[in-house]
Amino acid sequence: MARSTLTLLATLVLFCGASLWSAEDTATPAVTPAPPAEKAAAPAVAPAEPAAPPHKAQAKIDSAVAWFGTYVPPGKVDDKGVAVPASNVVNGDNAWMMASTALVLLMTIPGLGLFYGGLVRKKNILSTLMHSFILCGVVTVIWTIFGFSMAFGPGPLDAAGAPTMWAKFFGGFTDFIMLKGVIFDPALATHSNRFPINLDYAPTISFGVFCMFQLMFAIITPALISGAYAERIKFSGMLVFTIIWLIFCYFPMAHMVWGNHGLFNWGLGATADWAAFDFAGGTVVHISSGVAALMAAIILGKRKGYPESPAMPHSLVLSFIGASLLWVGWFGFNAGSALGANGLAALAFANTQIATAAAALSWPLAEWIIRGKPTMLGSISGAVAGLVAITPACGFVEPGSALIIGLVAGALCFTSTSYLKRALGYDDALDAFGVHGIGGMWGAIATGIFLSVDVNPNIAALNGDLYKAIVDGKSMVGNQIVAVLITVTLSAVVATVALLVAKFTVGLRATAEDESEGLDVSQHGEEGYNH
Amino acid sequence: MKMIEAIIQPSKLEAVKEALNEVEVVRLTISDVQGFGRQKGHTEIYRGHEYTVNLLRKVKLQIAVNDEFVEPTVQAIIKAGRTGEEGKVGDGKIFILPLEDCIRIRTGERGPEAI
Repeated sequence: MARSTLTLLATLVLFCGASLWSAEDTATPAVTPAPPAEKAAAPAVAPAEPAAPPHKAQAKIDSAVAWFGTYVPPGKVDDKGVAVPASNVVNGDNAWMMASTALVLLMTIPGLGLFYGGLVRKKNILSTLMHSFILCGVVTVIWTIFGFSMAFGPGPLDAAGAPTMWAKFFGGFTDFIMLKGVIFDPALATHSNRFPINLDYAPTISFGVFCMFQLMFAIITPALISGAYAERIKFSGMLVFTIIWLIFCYFPMAHMVWGNHGLFNWGLGATADWAAFDFAGGTVVHISSGVAALMAAIILGKRKGYPESPAMPHSLVLSFIGASLLWVGWFGFNAGSALGANGLAALAFANTQIATAAAALSWPLAEWIIRGKPTMLGSISGAVAGLVAITPACGFVEPGSALIIGLVAGALCFTSTSYLKRALGYDDALDAFGVHGIGGMWGAIATGIFLSVDVNPNIAALNGDLYKAIVDGKSMVGNQIVAVLITVTLSAVVATVALLVAKFTVGLRATAEDESEGLDVSQHGEEGYNH
Repeated sequence: MKMIEAIIQPSKLEAVKEALNEVEVVRLTISDVQGFGRQKGHTEIYRGHEYTVNLLRKVKLQIAVNDEFVEPTVQAIIKAGRTGEEGKVGDGKIFILPLEDCIRIRTGERGPEAI
């Protein structure tokens, strides 16, 4: 209780500057005596006749809605029947979102490719780079044809146009097939602007930019899994597994968390019972890929000779470049998830830097204490763990909380990769589960623990009931844990089925000879280093 | 004519080159090699997993010399290749092999003249 009071007081300071509402109206009566401002505001909200007094959070909700609702959909008329000019894209927001989109692609290629590529042996460098690169192609094609529709369509609707139960889980195959009406819409020809805006998702940017931004997330997620199956998977088996997993796990997860009518989407219909906070993809991207990675490591089996014969990283220099690009690109991933160049993006940006820095210190510090030396690989791995953990939280917590989330993430992921993997005996070659799975779960739960409801005005603007419940003391930790458990279950089941389908159709694992020779020569007929 | 092959610590290469220069041995070929002898390996740790590395990096010198240069060359390598006053396990070895012939490709000269 003391903590939440402090949190409220701290956020008040933030919002006083904006003069959106008076400071006193959110403080608990136990702390501040009844303020005069509340008396002044009360008649405006509540009618004169006797009625239930407005919730103490109502004024803030009204103000947030006013702040959010400044964007006008096409075709709207005012109360005198005069057409209201539709909102246009805010140029600054659109510019930032296109830059963010490119930054997220930079995370996968070359960032993740180099990070993973440096960690494998010389004979597998190209196959590892290829895992990331080929998915840029595969996922984009699927996304264009039906992937975006599955993830971000409104879902199956009933005859009256209300969402059916299925709309909680996937977006359907009707609305955005072949990106119809997403990038360009001839139906808008009468407007000066033919490029659609989707008011549900992002009212100030082109819908096409939103679609491309989300595509980059769909690309990096399956690429993250490649850390687990590196050095031994058959290329065709990798493709079959990944495509099935993308369709039956990633698209539904993206819909549940970010899609219209999604199960956890607090901004677009989820009730306070199901709402879960995931700013930039802790569940959708990191937990889901981490769990799929664990299943891949288990079903595929250990690399030949693991763990007796060494499989040392062949170039930590490449890994360093890759991890550094991940850190840079992650600003697009996290701050871009504000879907505009606004103050919320600035918060996410700062939190990303702070948590990452903390984790880049805590991992090597743990090594220093336990093993005697701080390593460069430990520091860059820690940075990635910090980035993972802050991903769901970066738009919902204050910078001090980001610092703690990062510190814990580095030490926790060091433990999971150094001890848990050995103890349980699976060969997650490059620690995709140890970093993304474990770091993602910590981040998702930490988002509930450290949630500071007023740093993100969208909560009040888009889901007043949820906002009131949280102000009244509802803890989101339980909701976050439910979201984690559902993500883990869905990803584990889909990954297992997808891996088995690949195994019994095209084959999943390279032959022993192919693995010994290296996947570069055996799968792709080329070598990375020809002198 | 002899072929002198010396395995030395990579960190001693510059000192050895200088010492050889002082005794007017100004022709040599070097290569990066790995191997092990009495010097123990070391461990490397990647994400908490220890690997024992017992193939250690060394530098191999190959110097073809006329007979009167053999002893000065050997002494120069010993002097400059030793770690500290006492030397250490791992400082390397020198091998002296008989050299049957030597031919300068540019002119076709043979024998001691060609060295």
